[in-house]
Amino acid sequence: MRLLLTTILSSLVATGAFAQNYCAAGKTLLDNKLTVATGNPAYFPWVMDDAPESKNGFEAAVVYAVANEMGFADSAVVWTRSSFDQAIQPGVKDFDFNVQQFSITPERDEIVDFSAPYYAAAMAVLTRKTVVDKGADTSIGALKGLIWGADANTTAVPMLADIVQPDKEPLLYGDNADVVEAMKANQIDAALFDLPTALYLSAVVLEDGVVLGQFPAERSENPDEFGLLFEEGNPLKECVDAALETLKQNGTLAALETEWLSATTGVPVIE
Amino acid sequence: MPTRRQAYETRVKRRSAVIAGGSTLGVLAAIVLLVPLAPGWPGVKKSFFNAEVFAKTFPGLLDAFVWDVAIFLWSAPLIFLLGLLIALARDARSPALYPLRLFGMFYTDIFRGVPVILVIYLIGFGIPGLGLPRPWNSPFIWGTVALVLTYSAYVAEVFRTGIESVHQSQRAAAASLGLVNKDVMRYVILPQAIRKVVPANMNLFIALQKDVALLSFIGPVEIFRQAGVYKSLLANFTPYVGAALIFLAITIPATRYADYLLAKQLRERT
Amino acid sequence: MAFLETRRLTKSFGKNTVCNSIDLRVDKGELVCLIGASGSGKSTLLKCLNLLEPIDDGEIFLDGEDISIPGLDPQPVRKRIGIVFQSYNLFPHMTAAENVMLAPRRLHKRSRDDLLPQVTELFSRFGLKDQMQHYPEQLSGGQQQRVAIVRALAMRPEIMLFDEITSALDPELVGEVLDVLRQLRSKGMTMILATHEMGFARELADKVCFLDGGVILEEGPPETVFTQPTEVRTREFLARVL
Ligand SMILES: Nc1ncnc2c1ncn2[C@@H]1O[C@H](COP(=O)(O)OP(=O)(O)OP(=O)(O)O)[C@@H](O)[C@H]1O
Ligand SMILES: [Mg+2]
Repeated sequence: MRLLLTTILSSLVATGAFAQNYCAAGKTLLDNKLTVATGNPAYFPWVMDDAPESKNGFEAAVVYAVANEMGFADSAVVWTRSSFDQAIQPGVKDFDFNVQQFSITPERDEIVDFSAPYYAAAMAVLTRKTVVDKGADTSIGALKGLIWGADANTTAVPMLADIVQPDKEPLLYGDNADVVEAMKANQIDAALFDLPTALYLSAVVLEDGVVLGQFPAERSENPDEFGLLFEEGNPLKECVDAALETLKQNGTLAALETEWLSATTGVPVIE
Repeated sequence: MPTRRQAYETRVKRRSAVIAGGSTLGVLAAIVLLVPLAPGWPGVKKSFFNAEVFAKTFPGLLDAFVWDVAIFLWSAPLIFLLGLLIALARDARSPALYPLRLFGMFYTDIFRGVPVILVIYLIGFGIPGLGLPRPWNSPFIWGTVALVLTYSAYVAEVFRTGIESVHQSQRAAAASLGLVNKDVMRYVILPQAIRKVVPANMNLFIALQKDVALLSFIGPVEIFRQAGVYKSLLANFTPYVGAALIFLAITIPATRYADYLLAKQLRERT
Repeated sequence: MAFLETRRLTKSFGKNTVCNSIDLRVDKGELVCLIGASGSGKSTLLKCLNLLEPIDDGEIFLDGEDISIPGLDPQPVRKRIGIVFQSYNLFPHMTAAENVMLAPRRLHKRSRDDLLPQVTELFSRFGLKDQMQHYPEQLSGGQQQRVAIVRALAMRPEIMLFDEITSALDPELVGEVLDVLRQLRSKGMTMILATHEMGFARELADKVCFLDGGVILEEGPPETVFTQPTEVRTREFLARVL
């Protein structure tokens, strides 16, 4: 009897695992594999050393946690690369989901599907020591007087227009590297990035870079939330959402955030 | 009463008109009817031909296009002048000016050999990176310099062809009057050469109007960049279609005009 | 020494010796006609005299002055020697008047207004007054050729060279151009004329030179050369063209 009970219990536990597996079964691009796309290249601290399969970096770690939660072994995760534009074009995708700090917006949601958010990013101001030395501080007045730059593909652009309202028209660039290059050439004083990117750039890329401050999430109308991106109508979304919900409930997401994005603490908040 | 020949020609003309009209209509109908049948059409329509997005973004695109026009307007005269100077340098005949000639050759080889976007990147970020003070490090200035350097190399080659196409006897006639080389070039050769290459240069300047958009890579928010901002905000490619339409509104008439000039020159030559 | 004189003038294009030690003498006020078969070097000789072609050997003297010193600046010499080509070579982007005024304006630093009376007078003299503001393409061949002559005359040259200036013209237009030459002759202009117009050479030339094989094979007054040529080649040539 005890034996029977144990068997039933263990099979129930097993079905629990199977139930997750079953959710994803037949919904992935390749049978029993989870194909995940990320940027080319993928950046610190989202993916360390551009090697997502190392599971190092916040997004890489989240992907493996989600995959395990859905019943995929680590070895069942297949990585591919895609550009931002490829990802949000309509049509058939060559990935199950795409992870490269996609901000969830209603407009984008009409073309593609997003998972529940796995991270809410604060926007932060990246600048250089020389600008701080000249007296730039976190008052909106001082910020207005700076020459601003931003990555044109990010929600930093409307945030600049809504919150900072700079005196001079901002300069916009195609990617982070160009924004940094313009900063080095002293063509812009400051740029708006999500906090982790700003931290990475100030620490690794821009020699005298400083993260001047961060905007509290409530300062922006819709704080930037990152979601995994799916082809419109992909049935896998509900499985991923369920997995993310579990990870949120059991504290895994928060732990990963602390592990990979702990440096986010200590940046002053702009009032 | 038309002659037999006239009657025949009228018949032939009418028949060709019917065939041309019919086949054009057929192709148009095929596009209009068949494309929407494609399985991806609703998606494509929503993200490329979205009327709502178009109406919302078009005024902003027009505003941004003012930059494209402005950059074009101040670049074009500089390109014309520098192109002319380079062409003259390449035509320099006295041995003392040989270095100039060599320079002209390297100049045209290098700037025609490198993609515009690379020149814009290297000059637009590189030179201000040397530590120029504001406003002299502006991407507008150095982006313009990059465009001028690249395009004047092409324009110089066009001018050079023009100069070489003026018949040798014109040089001889001018020299026989006792004009010095400088005057021969300035009053006799150049005015003819410049006229001859107007259509070729117009085509280059049409290309320039489009390439102005490449300055967006180093910061300026002109129409291409503005369309990109809208694209990523709205996750919709309709703003690019809007930008393309604005470009076409300028470049199609200009292209037609250049073709017309070219055809006119050909007629005059024969 | 004659007004214009060449001594052993030699000019080759590669292995092709076009002028082989030519001695030409033209006195002041004289009209000398160069005749000879196509390719005999008439045009080349005229271009050498005007320094449009550098010579290989020999000398050219203008009014006693050696103008063929290698390295000499050709511009001042060309101002003194006018030349008109078979193909007119008017500047197509300028009106007739502008064609004529360009060189005096640049070289004598004179303004258009200053030049206008003199140029108008020249145009009227050759029956071109109404064509002054026309562009070359609006002119007939004869008119274009007369404008080309006026253009050369406007520099007040001491001697004029004409290279078959009537051979590109329709026959009915030849007369008006030859009239211009008659007029110049009556004013005492020194002229060298490469021509196929034997009748004109016979009528007006002081001297006729027959070029053949890169040399002046025979020269003399037109009556002598045309009626009693001593050389066989001359006789053959005349038999063909007369
Ligand atoms: N620039 C040149 N380069 C090489 N050869 C030339 C050049 N100009 C003339 N020649 C040659 O020199 C020779 C004489 O030519 P030239 O034009 O002087 O003859 P011409 O007597 O004027 O003939 P025509 O009566 O046909 O005008 C020809 O064999 C010609 O091919
Ligand atoms: Mg000749």
